Amino acid sequence: MNDSIAFFSGFGPKDLWILAQAAWQTLLISALSISGGTVVGIFFGWILSESKVVGAITIGFILDAFRSIPLIIQLVLFYNLFNVIGLAVSPFMAGVIILGVYTSALVASVARGGIESVGTPMRRAGRSLGLSYFQTMRHVVWPIGLRAVFPSWVGVALGVLKDSALVSVLGHPELLKVARDLITRTQQPLLVLAVAGAFYFALSFPISRYAAHLERKWQS
Amino acid sequence: MIEIKELHKYFGALHVLKGIDLNVKKGEVLSIIGASGSGKSTLLYCINGLEAIQKGEVKVDGVSVHDKGTDLNKLRTKMGMVFQQWNSFPHLSALENVALAPRIVKGKSKSESREIARAQLEHVGLNDKIDVYPSALSGGQQQRLAIARALAMEPEYMLFDEATSALDPELVGEVLDTMRLLAEEGMTMICVTHEMGFARDVSDRVAYFHEGVMEEIGPPEQIFGKPESAHTAKFLANVR
Ligand SMILES: Nc1ncnc2c1ncn2[C@@H]1O[C@H](COP(=O)(O)OP(=O)(O)OP(=O)(O)O)[C@@H](O)[C@H]1O
Ligand SMILES: [Mg+2]
Repeated sequence: MNDSIAFFSGFGPKDLWILAQAAWQTLLISALSISGGTVVGIFFGWILSESKVVGAITIGFILDAFRSIPLIIQLVLFYNLFNVIGLAVSPFMAGVIILGVYTSALVASVARGGIESVGTPMRRAGRSLGLSYFQTMRHVVWPIGLRAVFPSWVGVALGVLKDSALVSVLGHPELLKVARDLITRTQQPLLVLAVAGAFYFALSFPISRYAAHLERKWQS
Repeated sequence: MIEIKELHKYFGALHVLKGIDLNVKKGEVLSIIGASGSGKSTLLYCINGLEAIQKGEVKVDGVSVHDKGTDLNKLRTKMGMVFQQWNSFPHLSALENVALAPRIVKGKSKSESREIARAQLEHVGLNDKIDVYPSALSGGQQQRLAIARALAMEPEYMLFDEATSALDPELVGEVLDTMRLLAEEGMTMICVTHEMGFARDVSDRVAYFHEGVMEEIGPPEQIFGKPESAHTAKFLANVR
């Protein structure tokens, strides 16, 4: 009798803590894949902006594939592929890697647009001062171009944060997976989903606030 | 000294510069005038190596600009360039705009490069705009900022590509005044310009470009007084 109470018990304060831990996992997965994916994505975007033909055919094609195949398919496909070829990756690692690659594909096209928005005259102004190609990129083209597309990047980042819920299909205890388990136990889907949703909001809100702050700062 | 010998420049099949021979001595102010499309900007880009050339040679203080072995980045620090579109770096304050190249290219310390920038901003009369971002500056102020930015590298030559053409008429004067100041200080200058008054008053020599050819070069009195080329005379008659 006691057992069944423990098995089907209502949502308690302890569950809030369980969800908080799951939110921490979601934050970890997202932070790692967004930061890694952003760095790699900017690099790809830069290559795309520089080599129109070769880049567009090779990297462009691969990135297009990652952008257009639903993330959930990529997750299941690659996670199983990793295991088939004998790479023992945890669901967490697999989630970070795949979500990171997916992020980089999205960031690449955003970054490319930003870098290309900095025209020849601005680049020449840098070069005419004696800045090398890389110095011009580092101090002129990237800061100007990437700031111009920063709002789009924020959109990508927030999207990836939400899409990280799909990592639940691999069984890693992030927010959505844990919420589902709690629903099974408590039979209180509305309450549990509302709390999980609140956690997602709590993760996103600071990001969008901080982004808005940066945008305002850069505009002055 | 800038020495240009038999310079030919093509954009694809378009023959833009057709054998230019020109020497500019230290301390000289040369103005280049001519119709749109005659190759004036292209010449400036060829001088500081922003454009490749197909034939001939450009030497700056004896160093061949288009030689494979030439360290262009180093050579460019000798030549400041000011463009029609001023291209202020929008993400940097006025001070940072000017301090960037001394710090990055010359490896000066942060405080040293800021000192240089402060001095050059004062030089062009922008001392009260040090912490302002370019978006809050007028076109004339941004162009003077661009001049200060170029001067911060302590160049020996200044190349101006229609520095006032994109400005509202009431802002042209302040930029021309700054250019005049540089000329008085003995800066070697090549100024592509549509400002005939400036060309007449400030230049040691004026060159007239016509369809990729340097049609005529001489002191302002000659060019504006009794031009030898019929093309020059016709151009000046239309400009006035
Ligand atoms: N990057 C380029 N590619 C192809 N053609 C070019 C390029 N830059 C300039 N041209 C052409 O070369 C010719 C000379 O151009 P340039 O800009 O040197 O003329 P300009 O004398 O400076 O004219 P303006 O007074 O209009 O500035 C023009 O016919 C122009 O269309
Ligand atoms: Mg021009």
